Amino acid sequence: MNAVGTAAVAAQVVLVTAGAPLLTGLMRQVRARMEGRAGAGIGQPWRDFRKLLRKEPITPVGTGPAFRTAPLLLVATAAVIAALVPLASTATPVSRNADLIVVVALLALGTVALALAGLDTGTAFGGMGASREMTVIALVEPTILLAVFALSIPAGTTNLPAIIADRIHDPARLASPAGLLAAVALAVVTLAETGRLPVDNPSTHLELTMIHEAMILEYAGPDLALVELGAQMRLTLLLGLLASLFAPWGIATSASAAAVVLALLLFAVKVALLGAALAAAEVFWAKLRLFRVPELLAGSFLLALLAVTASYFLTGE
Amino acid sequence: MSAVGPALVAAAGLAGVGALTGVFLPERWQLGPTPRRMRATVVGVCTAGLGAAGLVAGAAALGGARWSADLPGVLPLAGVHLAVDALSGLFMAVAGAVVLAVAVYGIGYAGHGTDARGVQAVLPVFALSLVLVPAAASVSSFLLMWELMAVTSLVLVLAEHRERASVREAGVWYAVMTHLGLVLLLAGLMLFAARAGGETFTALRAGAGGMSPQARGTVFVLVSAAFASKAGMVPLHAWLPRAHPEAPSHVSALMSAAMVNLGAYGIVRVGLDLLGGGPRWWWLMVLGGGAVSAVYGILQAAMASDLKRLLAYSTSENLGLVLIGVGAAGMFADAGNQKLAALALTAALLHVVNHAAFKALLFCAAGSVLRATGLRDLDQLGGLRTRMPATAGLFAVAALGAVALPPGNGFVSEWLLLQSLIHGFAVPGVTTPIVLPLAVAAIALSAGLAAAVFVKALGVGFFARPRSHQAAGATESPASMLAGMGLLAAGCAALALVPGVLGNGLSRATAAAGVTDGTTLSAGSMELRLDRISTVLSPLWVAAALVAGVLAVSALTRLVTRRRRRTNARLWDCGGGAPTARMAYTATSFAEPLQRVFDDVLAPEQDVDVTPVRESAYLVERVRFQRRVPDRIEHRLYRPVLAALSGTGQAARRLAGGSVHLYLGYGFFGLVALLVALTVIQ
Repeated sequence: MNAVGTAAVAAQVVLVTAGAPLLTGLMRQVRARMEGRAGAGIGQPWRDFRKLLRKEPITPVGTGPAFRTAPLLLVATAAVIAALVPLASTATPVSRNADLIVVVALLALGTVALALAGLDTGTAFGGMGASREMTVIALVEPTILLAVFALSIPAGTTNLPAIIADRIHDPARLASPAGLLAAVALAVVTLAETGRLPVDNPSTHLELTMIHEAMILEYAGPDLALVELGAQMRLTLLLGLLASLFAPWGIATSASAAAVVLALLLFAVKVALLGAALAAAEVFWAKLRLFRVPELLAGSFLLALLAVTASYFLTGE
Repeated sequence: MSAVGPALVAAAGLAGVGALTGVFLPERWQLGPTPRRMRATVVGVCTAGLGAAGLVAGAAALGGARWSADLPGVLPLAGVHLAVDALSGLFMAVAGAVVLAVAVYGIGYAGHGTDARGVQAVLPVFALSLVLVPAAASVSSFLLMWELMAVTSLVLVLAEHRERASVREAGVWYAVMTHLGLVLLLAGLMLFAARAGGETFTALRAGAGGMSPQARGTVFVLVSAAFASKAGMVPLHAWLPRAHPEAPSHVSALMSAAMVNLGAYGIVRVGLDLLGGGPRWWWLMVLGGGAVSAVYGILQAAMASDLKRLLAYSTSENLGLVLIGVGAAGMFADAGNQKLAALALTAALLHVVNHAAFKALLFCAAGSVLRATGLRDLDQLGGLRTRMPATAGLFAVAALGAVALPPGNGFVSEWLLLQSLIHGFAVPGVTTPIVLPLAVAAIALSAGLAAAVFVKALGVGFFARPRSHQAAGATESPASMLAGMGLLAAGCAALALVPGVLGNGLSRATAAAGVTDGTTLSAGSMELRLDRISTVLSPLWVAAALVAGVLAVSALTRLVTRRRRRTNARLWDCGGGAPTARMAYTATSFAEPLQRVFDDVLAPEQDVDVTPVRESAYLVERVRFQRRVPDRIEHRLYRPVLAALSGTGQAARRLAGGSVHLYLGYGFFGLVALLVALTVIQ
């Protein structure tokens, strides 16, 4: 069990790290095709990554440890989450520790590190990005925790492998009102947390509208590459989490190598499909005004609250 | 023979010596060429010893030792009764540890009126009262300790009254609120003692069962209102954001990390232990109050730009979280689920410990900033990271604990609290499905806002560039202050990495509160085993994984990159050139989006004042824009009452016209009215 489990964890981390840029490339390609452009090709984010790694890392004057460590922490939290979340297998050596609340908190830790780095530069844009990002995160956090709560009640635990194993054994839970409401709430949160339309525009470089980009303006070279990679990994992970929670079929529950390989393939397909669907939807969306975003998040918060209440009434006696 | 008794005697002795030296020693002492600060050092050493003794006593009680003493001669009629069990031990150990660290810090924290004879003499007495309140085991001795604590802290709050008028105002608010609390407490406990037929805690415990539900309810409402006010629960929190910022920083640390805890202690002691639990509405009240103060407190903290005011509101938030845990524990106990009740109470008590560690450190670091710059306003700070690296690092450690994210210590107890609420679905009834999700929503919202609050405090206050010449000229604090803060930081780290070592002590404390079925928290990790579920949190594992991740990513990037890092390059800032400090985001601008989002709750006030040139209304000489976010509850609830009181006072002045005949008339009519009333009643 241990050898296969360890291999599964390693494979998850490698697949998420290597696949995240490809997912972004795929999403950009889908978008380009739907807008009638040729697009840069799926491998372009990887080529950008290689190019950035060759450039000179720059530490601007007046920045400190927060600025230096934020890119590392962003990628490190994403890698730890990739190891924890049962994307391919629920029977791994770390599955005992794979707590959903810990996963949510680690995501938030990455965001907080980046916001501190934005403030650390002392520029107006860095502060602006940090302020907006923390406003969004302050509203996203409750929604995620409530959705977590709704998902944990039927399984009776916040342990992710247990929740997913429970859902594989009892697929009726997926179609329950609580499950559906929580799925919608988590989907909205995914958009907000990863800075996609309609909350933030990932391709904008117009200073006044951006959130994520404003915090990372001072990064260059390998640091910028890490920040970009971190953001791409977070998108992959959140889509993977959605896929694992709401379409858990194929995830290996035993320690068989064949099942793990199949699960990895299925995971890649599921995330690619979700990403393509998101990219296609984004073509038809416009970015919301910053101060309309809280309304969207409040809506998803309400859905999550309904999900929790529903799961209480439906599972309690 | 337990260690509790001797340790408490030692603590009292050291407090006495400290108080006497505070009164009699000269301030400075010429030894060699430079004068040394004698009084502060001796008092600090005595107080630190007192704290250590309190910690030893508390730890011994947590380890299972019990101790009690009757001193019939100390108080007339009633005498003093002391008893220490594991629940008292927990609060005693927390107070002792905070006192120890803060006293070491206080040796170096000079100036700002804290060197005065009176202040130095009162400090050890206040510290002793913090250790002794949980030891009191009868109504009269409890009230005695409680009042000692209130009066000494009031004196300490007023330490800098010569320097700022706002200190005096804060002192009046604190004095009035704390004594209104005392009146409620006195009324509640007297009623309890009268109905139960005895005033020692043993007699109260024995007599509580025979009381009528109405009497029990009245006692609980009166007593819990008083304790909740001490714990800073909304809407009785008004004294907290005034008194904490205006007190000297080491006193704020003691008040915020040790004194407010005793509010939670009181509710647990009286509600769960002495009254033996109660109906659901008691605990719904506690839980609801906790939830409201958690969200309201952190929202006000998000708006505050005064560093110490921000920390004070954050105290209100954290005690709110503790009260959510206490309320949930009471509800679960009432429903007969002892396991869940023990889990919720454990979470609440662990949060008390965690909050004490990081909040004391935050206040000490804020004091260190205040000492170096004379500023508390975040808008004028900034750039302290390069000038005070140790203070900035220690503040960062504490802030990590306060944002409730791993690997901080606050995360562990919030995780446990969330677990207890998630598993609350096992409790049947209609109340739980409505209350528990709302409680989780409140905790989650406060956790999200707390992240914004402490990113603001750390990022705006310590990073970027200095926004004033005071901040630019800051220097690092002396060694004793850093040592005190280092002790607290070590405590934070230990609580964050190995919280499981408190497991046995916490289950003894919950058992002492009357919740018998303790949960098993194994050392090194937090493992929960309830009926059919087990969940694990290993903080050590999470921290190790993060460190390994950061090291691996850093090593891989080093391996791949070809070119050397260029340091001290110019900031790009979108090609705008070197930005000045005035262009950076301040605390106020950082909070502006949040303020807009919560506009309806916060009700900010703004005021545009246009002064035209004398000749023409179209030419403007000056435009003044003012925007404030006042404490809305205070405005709506306290202002009208205060206005009505002072209006009545003004109107009543007409009664005293100066005529002796009129006064004699009042006396006559008063006497007649009294006699008539007496005959009617008879």
